[in-house]
Amino acid sequence: MEEGKKIKHTTGTRNKLAGLVLVIAILVGFPPLLSSYWVGLLTEMLIFATLAMSLDILVGYTGMPSLSHAGFFGVAAYTVAILSTRHQAGFWLCLLGGIAMGVFAGAVLGLFVSHVKSVYFLMITLALGMVLWGLSYRWIPMTGGDNGISGIPSLEAHTGLPLAGPLPFYYVTLFVFALCGSLMALFVSSPFGHTLKGIRESESRMSSLGVNTWLHRYLCYIVAGAFASVAGILWAYYNGFVSPSYLDLTASVELFFMVTLGGAGTLVGPALGAGIIVFLKNFISAYTDRWLLILGTVYILAIFFAPRGLWNRFLRKARNRERITSRP
Amino acid sequence: MTEKQTGFGHRKGSNVENTVPCLALENLTKDFGGLRAVAKITLSIQPGERHVFMGPNGAGKTTLFNLISGEIPATDGRIVLFGRDVTQLASYQRAALGIARTFQITNLLPNLTVFENLLLACEALSRTKFVMLWPVSRYGHLLERAQHLLNDFGLGELRDEPVKNISYGDQRKVEVALSLATRPRLLLLDEPMAGLSSSETHSMDLLLKKLDPAITVLLIEHDMDVALAFAEKITVLHQGQVLAQGTKDEIRTNPMVQEIYLGVDVE
Repeated sequence: MEEGKKIKHTTGTRNKLAGLVLVIAILVGFPPLLSSYWVGLLTEMLIFATLAMSLDILVGYTGMPSLSHAGFFGVAAYTVAILSTRHQAGFWLCLLGGIAMGVFAGAVLGLFVSHVKSVYFLMITLALGMVLWGLSYRWIPMTGGDNGISGIPSLEAHTGLPLAGPLPFYYVTLFVFALCGSLMALFVSSPFGHTLKGIRESESRMSSLGVNTWLHRYLCYIVAGAFASVAGILWAYYNGFVSPSYLDLTASVELFFMVTLGGAGTLVGPALGAGIIVFLKNFISAYTDRWLLILGTVYILAIFFAPRGLWNRFLRKARNRERITSRP
Repeated sequence: MTEKQTGFGHRKGSNVENTVPCLALENLTKDFGGLRAVAKITLSIQPGERHVFMGPNGAGKTTLFNLISGEIPATDGRIVLFGRDVTQLASYQRAALGIARTFQITNLLPNLTVFENLLLACEALSRTKFVMLWPVSRYGHLLERAQHLLNDFGLGELRDEPVKNISYGDQRKVEVALSLATRPRLLLLDEPMAGLSSSETHSMDLLLKKLDPAITVLLIEHDMDVALAFAEKITVLHQGQVLAQGTKDEIRTNPMVQEIYLGVDVE
């Protein structure tokens, strides 16, 4: 029994490592062979993967189903846009400013959302998301309203580093994605991350054990906001343009679907989900105007065949297979 | 049970407690709308006491526990814990002062494993719980404590099972283990035996007898035999009020208590 357990464990770890190496090899080695359209698409996938993972910290690990998460993304993107175009701020100021504004937004909005739960949490984040969208749409002197803000300098121009073209930007994004992904993986496996899972499971139990559940939810909300703003900053540089459409409800709901399609509470799943949805959106919409129909079909199929997300389904299958093969 | 187990509850400054009651309730009242669930209860519990609360369904026993542990706010009255007024404190603050409890309706972290449940309970009162950028596996002393608890409660085999998959009896054990993980000075046990088979009841009974004598234990229990075997003092509640209080012999011979437990109306 003990022996079998050990063997199972090592094959599991080996499979995981092999998978990780394979994914890294593909993400690093493959893009130079692709056209710039595909490189751009991959970049977009990675940006949204980072964003979806940050939402997963809230949805999957803490049980805070936020519908305003695109707001952080937008706040950071607008900060970069405003600082770089109107105030001619340098790269580092834009970077730090974007993250700082994301954290600030998290700290302020967190005060409103951290004490509410489940459906009420959905409702209040929905409302706050709409407020942020309303600000970007109506606060015209600051945000340019519907026109958005264009003319954000390219990463090359802004940093002074030789990063022209889609491929170098892709590698920068890949680096940021890997960095944020590792930090988030560390975060959820930390003692603090464990308390979040505990709060998701039973808040009253955690509180009677001595955990200030409000504070933990609040801090978690800010951390998730910080990671989302990193994605927002990348997005601003990638697009060179920001507009309210990335803050609206559709954006937040789509983000939510990325998390649930891939599998909440796994980090890997939401990254996968983001990749799939960004791909479908871009690829299918090139062929047909009815791509929303196809996206909707994908959601319905996912609900039928992988209600807990693709990655969770895959994990369960792999576990079952292992159990069968490791039987003496 | 090992020495680790009996070591629970030894905290600094325990000599001060001997002069101050562990827990004092003064006119404690809780109204749910028009219903007075707990009505002006005043009582004092000494450190190390084994105190059983009895009473028919709806007598206000669990509500009283919820008030003491801070799950729900009191309508009126005061709760004094170790000489300190805690009436306004939240449940996590009271936990930090040394209260721990079990729940009548099992309240665990169902999708986490038995070990993760215990580990979380061990880190709940340490500063480590705020560490965000080191994996929890790095904190050997916490892992060790959780493992000790696991062994002490005979749950070693179930270490990596999600709590939702283990038997009800084992869940009740985890429930008690979680409450001891924080090294409480005052332990509230809300019907730990309810729904257990007779052999499970027996092992739970042994477990309760082996609790560190320094821990003050309040127990809600319906079973007269268990209550009389465990308690030094018994409080009988009825309709939110203290009907009778005293040593177990006094309670056993109290005619009003007998009437209630025989199902006869009290005039």
